[in-house]
Amino acid sequence: MATPRDKLGRPIVVVTGMGVVTSLGTGRKDNWAKLTAGESGIRTVTRFPIDGLKTTMAGTVDFVTVEPSSSTGLTERLAEVVTEEALAQSGIGSKGDFPGPLFLAVAPVETEWPQRLEVGRAVGKHDIEIQDILKISGGGRFAPLHHRFMFGSVAGFLAEKFGTKGSPISLSTACASGATAIQLGVEAIRRGEADAALCVATDGSVNQEALVRFSLLSALSTQNDPPQAASKPFSKNRDGFVMAEGAGALVLESYESAVARGAPILGVLAGCGELTDSFHRTRSSPDGKPIIGCVRKTLADAGLAPEQIDYINAHGTATPENDKMEYLAISTVFGELARKIPVSSNKSMVGHTISAAGAVEAVFSLLTLEHQRIPPTINYEIPDPAIPFDVVPNKARDARVTAVMSNSFGFGGQNASLVLTREPI
Amino acid sequence: MTPRKEVWITGIGIISSLGEGLDAHWDALDAKRINIDDKRFAPYIVHPLAPVSFDAQIPKKGDQRQMEAWQRIGTYAAGLALDSAGVKGNREILGRMDMIVAAGGGERDVVVDMSILNGYLKDNSGPVFLNERLMNDLRPTLFLAQLSNLLAGNIAIVHGVSGTSRTFMGEEACGIDAARIALARIESGQSDIALIGAAQNGERPDLLILFEFGDFNLTGHYVPVWARGKENSGFAIGSAGVFLVMESKEHAQARGAKPFARLNKVVSNLAQRKQPGAVTKSLEALWPKLGVLTDNGNLITGATGVEAVTAEEKAFLRQHPGFAVRSTGTVFGHTMEAQFPLGLALAALSISRGALFPPNDPTGFEVEKSGAPTQIVVVGAGHWQGEGMALVEAIN
Repeated sequence: MATPRDKLGRPIVVVTGMGVVTSLGTGRKDNWAKLTAGESGIRTVTRFPIDGLKTTMAGTVDFVTVEPSSSTGLTERLAEVVTEEALAQSGIGSKGDFPGPLFLAVAPVETEWPQRLEVGRAVGKHDIEIQDILKISGGGRFAPLHHRFMFGSVAGFLAEKFGTKGSPISLSTACASGATAIQLGVEAIRRGEADAALCVATDGSVNQEALVRFSLLSALSTQNDPPQAASKPFSKNRDGFVMAEGAGALVLESYESAVARGAPILGVLAGCGELTDSFHRTRSSPDGKPIIGCVRKTLADAGLAPEQIDYINAHGTATPENDKMEYLAISTVFGELARKIPVSSNKSMVGHTISAAGAVEAVFSLLTLEHQRIPPTINYEIPDPAIPFDVVPNKARDARVTAVMSNSFGFGGQNASLVLTREPI
Repeated sequence: MTPRKEVWITGIGIISSLGEGLDAHWDALDAKRINIDDKRFAPYIVHPLAPVSFDAQIPKKGDQRQMEAWQRIGTYAAGLALDSAGVKGNREILGRMDMIVAAGGGERDVVVDMSILNGYLKDNSGPVFLNERLMNDLRPTLFLAQLSNLLAGNIAIVHGVSGTSRTFMGEEACGIDAARIALARIESGQSDIALIGAAQNGERPDLLILFEFGDFNLTGHYVPVWARGKENSGFAIGSAGVFLVMESKEHAQARGAKPFARLNKVVSNLAQRKQPGAVTKSLEALWPKLGVLTDNGNLITGATGVEAVTAEEKAFLRQHPGFAVRSTGTVFGHTMEAQFPLGLALAALSISRGALFPPNDPTGFEVEKSGAPTQIVVVGAGHWQGEGMALVEAIN
């Protein structure tokens, strides 16, 4: 029998396992139930005091805790939880022996304030200089902090625990990171380097400084009350995104390998594409050309025409800029269809899981294909007339869905899109 | 499967503690020059960046202001690499060029950090104090100057590299994997041309603290990597921006580009370093995958000088006694994410100049080697994890 190939003669890449954690809960089942019920996971932050902050809510994952507490520690734990779920569903390999590489989307790491203060206190006097800190930093007393705050630490942990093969790749393409991790896995399988790849994206970085940094860029919603209504993608009164935590994991396999071992085929990674915007550090090129090019490249990679896409899982951050530019891109590529194809934003409910978003939303796209039901865009009370999408307002909808496009656009001109289908095309 | 495409290195950009550009580096290596600063952060030693006029590659002051030093260093070196490859300003090629940057990040505003820290300690303040000070003291643009993927973002903005943009993170290993993935993409036809590289600013006390947590810093007197042992283990942080343009042979020939060398292979591994000898074993396992043709070749390593790791690497190197070894760590310091790209750059440069640069090692571990190298092995072992190797070859 000939090896199954896609339209472009490449190995077909399928998904055989998925795991997800968001502010809505742990696991596919819980998340899907709440997502299609239109529930919000956004709440007032209790992890640290909110006095003096402009934005006081986030989609924190408070039901998973780590000791000692750190954003990187939580990021690691979330990745571990979703990977376990994905591997259990896939049934691939054996415990501690995943037969392929790891691609991990993870937020940039640095020493965090609790640890910086811990080291500062250890100096034992006031008005300290950086040299005083240096003097007491060595000798092994703070050795765990070196490991914790190395960029490669989360991937190193996962690679050891799950026995992935080769050098794991940690990556950041800002808000597109999750999609990029999947793209790297797809490319490795298409090259024939691997029959399987573990693609994980994780973000547990709601801490004081991270919240302040995004706040200072005026990127966050300040509609704090009630927190559940803050994230308003595509609404006229949208005012920014809501920071959130979460993780998503996908086990990718060649179709051939999945069929050979009788694995569940949950969907097909039919296409992926990316195109860089060199206009500005945080803003899109006003003509939308890079995003338009990204969407077109992705359709071409999947070998699909716009009319074959039944649903768009939007980046939909609810920043005034993003949602406007996303409409421009979709309407340019899809023409009149842009008003008809359902386009919804999971971020209205789970918030923006930043480094994890691309993978979290890929999982939700696959669940949309599985359940033939489209999750809504909640908090949609005042439509923006400049964005005449069918946003699946406020209530989930049953629909025939055979192909989904999922978009991710990020700071630094990062644009990446995926096309997922139920069956090989 | 389609046959593997041949990949050439057609552009090299380097700035470091030794200077800027290929001739400056070749001359400095030949003169065995080393640039260290053992005063500014004493007892710690760093290799400071040589004076550079950033205007030459980053003409807009506004762009320079939006970057912290590591981003300026990287953006500058990327510009040099594009110039070297002859694609600078070629919008058609830049618009479809792949970019993989191996990045650290998080360059802190140490003045602000120390001021907040001292305020906190003085009044025994609670976390509310942190909110107030962060809201008031952090520069909004600092975040963008810290974000790992914004080195790639700045390269896109300043030089117009805007095909794909991926940022790999994870210390030394990400520099290896940036080259490995770019090579695999071009070999398989997924891409025609790529820019890869990394940057590090070594003059950063926040980095010194981070590595001091693990006792990785070299202190006291500077000694070359091979002269470091248990008593003086560690690295002097280096400053460097290193970028390479890689492309398929067909693509290079079609545009009449002159290659420095062929990049034949990049392999990497993540050994679990819990048992002694794990690094030696990991490097031994990588070696046969390279396709080395001779027993008396050339090898450039980024050995860090961290005793536990470098001793194991030395054990591996002793199994190949015919190889002339060169250590970048001795000359440039440890450039972390840039460690492996720097090794690749110097290998390609050596091949193009028809000579391996001279040894710089009083211990005698590095030996003289005459003749034009046809193959150079590049080795990188991370200070705490990650191992990799590459084979760079002359093009007949």
